[in-house]
Amino acid sequence: MMDPDVVKMVHGAGGVEMQKFIKNYILKYLSGSGAEVPLEFLDDSSVYNGVVLKSDTYTVKPIFFPGSDIGRLAVAGSVNDMLMIGAEPKALAMGLVIEEGFPFNDLERILESVSKTASEAGVYVITGDTKVVEKGALDKIIINMSGIGFRHRYLDHNIGVVAKYRGGVDFRWLLDRNIRPGDKIILTGYIGDHAIALLSVREGVGFKIDIESDASPLNEIVDKALEVGGVVAMKDPTRGGLANLLNEWSDKSGYGIKIYEDKIPIRDEVRAACGYLGLDPLELGNEGKAVIAVVGEKAEEVLDAIRGTELGRHAEIIGEVTDEYKFVVMETVIGGRRIVPQPIGDPVPRIC
Amino acid sequence: MGLDLKDILKLYRDPILARRIVDKIWEYSKKVDKVMIMHVCGTHEWTITHYGIRSLLPDNIEVRAGPGCPVCILPAQDIDSIIKLALDEDLTVLSYGDVSRAKGGSGYSLEDSKALGFDLKIVYSIQDAYEIALSNKDRKFIFFGVGFDTTAPSTAYMILKGVPDNLIFLSSYRYVPPSIGYIIQAEDIMVDGIINPGHSSTVTGMAPYRKYFESKPIPMVFSGFEPIDVLISIYMILRQIISGEYRMENEYSRSVTWDGNVKAMNTLFKVFKLLDGLWRGIGVIDGSGFEFKDEFRNINARYLYDLEYPNKDSHMPSGCRCADIIKGKITPIECPLYMKMCRPDKPIGPCMVSIEGTCRIWAEHMILSKAGET
Amino acid sequence: MCLGYPGKIIEINGDYAKVDFGGGVIKDNIIISLVDAKVGEYVIVHAGYAIQVLDEEEAIETIKLWREYFEKAGDI
Repeated sequence: MMDPDVVKMVHGAGGVEMQKFIKNYILKYLSGSGAEVPLEFLDDSSVYNGVVLKSDTYTVKPIFFPGSDIGRLAVAGSVNDMLMIGAEPKALAMGLVIEEGFPFNDLERILESVSKTASEAGVYVITGDTKVVEKGALDKIIINMSGIGFRHRYLDHNIGVVAKYRGGVDFRWLLDRNIRPGDKIILTGYIGDHAIALLSVREGVGFKIDIESDASPLNEIVDKALEVGGVVAMKDPTRGGLANLLNEWSDKSGYGIKIYEDKIPIRDEVRAACGYLGLDPLELGNEGKAVIAVVGEKAEEVLDAIRGTELGRHAEIIGEVTDEYKFVVMETVIGGRRIVPQPIGDPVPRIC
Repeated sequence: MGLDLKDILKLYRDPILARRIVDKIWEYSKKVDKVMIMHVCGTHEWTITHYGIRSLLPDNIEVRAGPGCPVCILPAQDIDSIIKLALDEDLTVLSYGDVSRAKGGSGYSLEDSKALGFDLKIVYSIQDAYEIALSNKDRKFIFFGVGFDTTAPSTAYMILKGVPDNLIFLSSYRYVPPSIGYIIQAEDIMVDGIINPGHSSTVTGMAPYRKYFESKPIPMVFSGFEPIDVLISIYMILRQIISGEYRMENEYSRSVTWDGNVKAMNTLFKVFKLLDGLWRGIGVIDGSGFEFKDEFRNINARYLYDLEYPNKDSHMPSGCRCADIIKGKITPIECPLYMKMCRPDKPIGPCMVSIEGTCRIWAEHMILSKAGET
Repeated sequence: MCLGYPGKIIEINGDYAKVDFGGGVIKDNIIISLVDAKVGEYVIVHAGYAIQVLDEEEAIETIKLWREYFEKAGDI
């Protein structure tokens, strides 16, 4: 049999395999820019000469799903990635690749959604490109959404607060590697909504559930958190979910993270769907949540500020950074402890 | 009763009750030497791992995973066969999600090999597979039948009901009771008690286990899948060991009965016959492999395409002692490959490949217990 | 070995049932023919079919007994 030494779905699934792929292929050829936050940091965005730059490409099946669509996803996703390192997103560039035969009706729905979400996030699409490919060359539509942003108006104040409690800091942006023992971890709301909403309409697996994708720009949450100050890192738990995010933080910082199962906000219906399909909510992707590491002393205050926002009402402190070990550990509801491994690929329903 | 499902489940995840049972397990652990309890179920392992049950147990009480995950014991040949067939015959493979990730003999799973050009669709159930085949009559489909006596009846049921003629099947189903017999009848067995698989036993009933139990009595508890169920089962096994009276006990009485689900078993044996079955990493176990009866040749891919019936583990990596580990004869550290050539990030044997494999669990759990000591 | 999850039967149509796994998570093509179950009862579902009726009373009764048992055991 031919050896499938080719790109596989798992290389884009946001877990261990994707990280290996990026290191072995992308970074092999494309590192060494000398940018302030370069590609090789593998953070949510990069920084060059004070400009925050992000590129993200969206493909989702189906393109319209409960509560959202590929257009909203693209804007929210790109905007959030810029917000997460401490930027205010300013402008977007949109690349459309469309399959021949795609209905104008659907295209308009997507564009309307792009426009509406962009205005929620306070950004405009100011440039772009469209290509049409032959029928069958891709499935309906792919959107690339790139963006630029600038240093958040509260970022220096925020880092000043961190410096006060840590006795100085060695970073200018909110990077994954910044977390230190004693930092508290805030999750801004229910996890799993997006992945479960999407799964519920997938062929072969579908089920009925009254839930919507959480895809949303997180500007307000970030503004409020940075205004209080003390935030050391932020990241949105998209592909690979909370489990992937916390493992990335742990890997890049060299510290461990302890989380408490009973503190993690999960809706009953997401729990039930995970129960019967055999999925782990920690591995489910989200598109409108942030995980925020804050110096311990300011955690409660930042939490209150986040809870005061529309999207952050259900925020919780779910754990803390520790130097007891170098990986992610969860204290379970019955008082046991388990390692939270980095997911390998997209979660799939299991029989065993 | 007025209690919601959520409330019932809560009772079986109660931290206070868990603490009380754990205390009792610790008390009992002082009255015994080393005890090795084997469970044989992927979902038990999931519960044990997910709730961190091992971290709550005393050092001399070990819970080890036996040959209980249909995905891990699935013969590599069958994975390779279905991949080749799908490519040669342009079939769409319909598979359960976890099955699609099991590695074949060449080291590639269905999910990996999909990149070579065949179509793979993940389904939750046989009916989902049926519906996909029915609404795409211009395509040909093959359903990969993997699982135990728990899963196979649904396939049998759909086949008896009638399936579209663009849907064929490959059966790698296995029958669990003989595998438990294999474990307890092994001469060099080191297992002190068995947690029996609750959902398989829900279908088969407790009855098929009697002959194995009588041939060599050993504490045997049929267990449910909530953390409290598993803790109680560990407690029950210790209680039997201390009293010296070995029994078949039913912890999962809300679902398991002596006779099981007779309707499901009858349906199962209308469609399938039992042959000797290969369990990856273990070997051939007599009368443990479900194959379609002759009258179902028209939907049996193995017959239609003359696919090899797996009868030897030709793909077991050399030096790998997974079989001995599964039997409880040795611990993972006694395997020459463990944590050297065979690691969680570069697994060789099935015990390390699967997240439910004993070696994988040891590799990850040892890190955790070390962390606990500091 | 086998993932099974309890859900409540909310409707039966011939061989299939609509089952609610909690929170309104509903799968409507669960094979129900291999058990004798009625609307309102709980079933344990594995890979899309009901493998058994969950004995609700037994579930509540046994956990109650165990709770009492371990409470007493703790006192000694």
